[in-house]
Amino acid sequence: MSRDLDELYQSVILDHNKTPRNFHELPPPASHADGHNPLCGDRLTVWVDVEGDTVKEVAFLGNGCAISQASASLMTAAVKGKSRAEAIALADEFQKLVTGKLEGAAERKALGKLQALAGVSEYPVRVKCASLAWHTLKAALAGAPAEPITTE
Amino acid sequence: MGIAGTAPRPRGPAAPLDVGSIRKDFPILSMRVGGKPLVYLDNAATGQRPSVVIEAVRRSMAEQNANVHRGVHYLSEQATLAFDAVREQARAFLNAPATHEVLFVRGTTEGINLVAQSYGRSTLKPGDEILLTTMEHHSNIVPWQIVAGQTGAVVRAIPINDAGEVDLDAYRTLLSARTKIVGVVHISNALGTINPVAEMTRLAHEVGAVVVVDGAQAVPHTAVDVQALGCDFYASSGHKMFGPTGVGLLWGRTELLEAMPPWQGGGDMIHTVSFAGTTFAPLPAKFEAGTPAIAEVIGLGAAIRYLQGIGFDAIGAWERELLTRATQLVQAVPGIRLVGTAREKAGVLSFTLEGIHPHDLGTILDAEGVAIRAGHHCAQPVMQRFGVHATARASFAFYNTFDDIDALVRGLHRAREVFA
Repeated sequence: MSRDLDELYQSVILDHNKTPRNFHELPPPASHADGHNPLCGDRLTVWVDVEGDTVKEVAFLGNGCAISQASASLMTAAVKGKSRAEAIALADEFQKLVTGKLEGAAERKALGKLQALAGVSEYPVRVKCASLAWHTLKAALAGAPAEPITTE
Repeated sequence: MGIAGTAPRPRGPAAPLDVGSIRKDFPILSMRVGGKPLVYLDNAATGQRPSVVIEAVRRSMAEQNANVHRGVHYLSEQATLAFDAVREQARAFLNAPATHEVLFVRGTTEGINLVAQSYGRSTLKPGDEILLTTMEHHSNIVPWQIVAGQTGAVVRAIPINDAGEVDLDAYRTLLSARTKIVGVVHISNALGTINPVAEMTRLAHEVGAVVVVDGAQAVPHTAVDVQALGCDFYASSGHKMFGPTGVGLLWGRTELLEAMPPWQGGGDMIHTVSFAGTTFAPLPAKFEAGTPAIAEVIGLGAAIRYLQGIGFDAIGAWERELLTRATQLVQAVPGIRLVGTAREKAGVLSFTLEGIHPHDLGTILDAEGVAIRAGHHCAQPVMQRFGVHATARASFAFYNTFDDIDALVRGLHRAREVFA
């Protein structure tokens, strides 16, 4: 088995890691949730501003590896303008992508730039890095829980 | 090198380490990872097992398997003899005064939990203080927080300096008549610091506190002498010293262990049982309820014999060479920050590389066949002290080579290219 590092660390991932998009807080009434990966210590906060049923703004702040930062950054760009249901469906599709369970080419293509994270599926221990932001997004959309979302 | 409490012991004539032949003792070291030779630099997480340990475990299961201290049949007698012999081996290994003071536990974590729940819980009063160094592993923090919650005692942290050494002046100031327990890691898993355990113990004893030492990282690298250290409890793990997982040693002073209540109840730890009441077995059985990890204990005996065969003088000398070379070469990589630069240091190199998260570094090094640890090393207060979220950590054993260090450094350069 040979895993290709370049497949994991694609330029789009390195770019989003270096200059994450929507990397700031959102003022109230945006809701937010905290995500934490207790095994590696990654932490991030995701803010969502939903108007009616539309995700108007998404932003995040946090600290973690390139995979977690790029995933969060790409996520903010991908869910902006989507409905709640669409955003949650996208989160589910993304989870399939990074766990290698996305079969069809069409489904893959529908994920757009998020496909850059497909390489993660070859690295089982790094899947949590990629999915932390999305778990946290779902929590923020549901209304912030008292406890941080963890990957465990 | 004058580490207090680790005085050399009499042994055969000193010979330099034949690393090439030693590596042949470890089957896993000849494996390839992703087409590259394995470079195993995660020894602080767990050591690899030599063939003699693997064979001892296999033999115990294949030819000797029976429960211990119970049967009168042949197999039980054989298993009991082999099992009990390891306790005396372990006593000699730690230079403990008495064999019954050596308890078999699951590992360092269980050893410290035993001391916290038996000694701590039965003696601590509200307002009593437990002092722990800032560089303790979570396993020497959390058990004390739990017992503090149960008894009203207070846990206080002993500060460390920028090099990752205990601030002894601050320690002296913290010590008082309220101090009942001092917990100190012999060698820090996150920083590599070798702590002045003998000196810290002497100071603790002046105020009447007992000293609990986490020896998990010390036993694979240095001759431990609990009498020279002067401490009261010393806990360690088999798997860090090239033995099996699931077994460890807790040494404690007879007078303390005898006064302590049992921790877990069950078979093997009783004298007589009736519903009117139970009397407990003498040491060490009082603290060893239930069927122990028999094959693992026997494997640990093989690991002790193996380490003694090589000798800690030779091991220490080679590991110091490895650390010196690794420190020089890694430090020369642009963007490296070493975390933990104590004067007295064991073979642990903890660092960050600017612009690259330790987990990414771990993945990139893995692609080169190099296994390191990335994360908080179960020592989050250390990370907080140094203002980092995580570090990358290369940790050495006597079977590592200069080639291993070169592979590490090549991997660091590769990571810089990937993230350029």
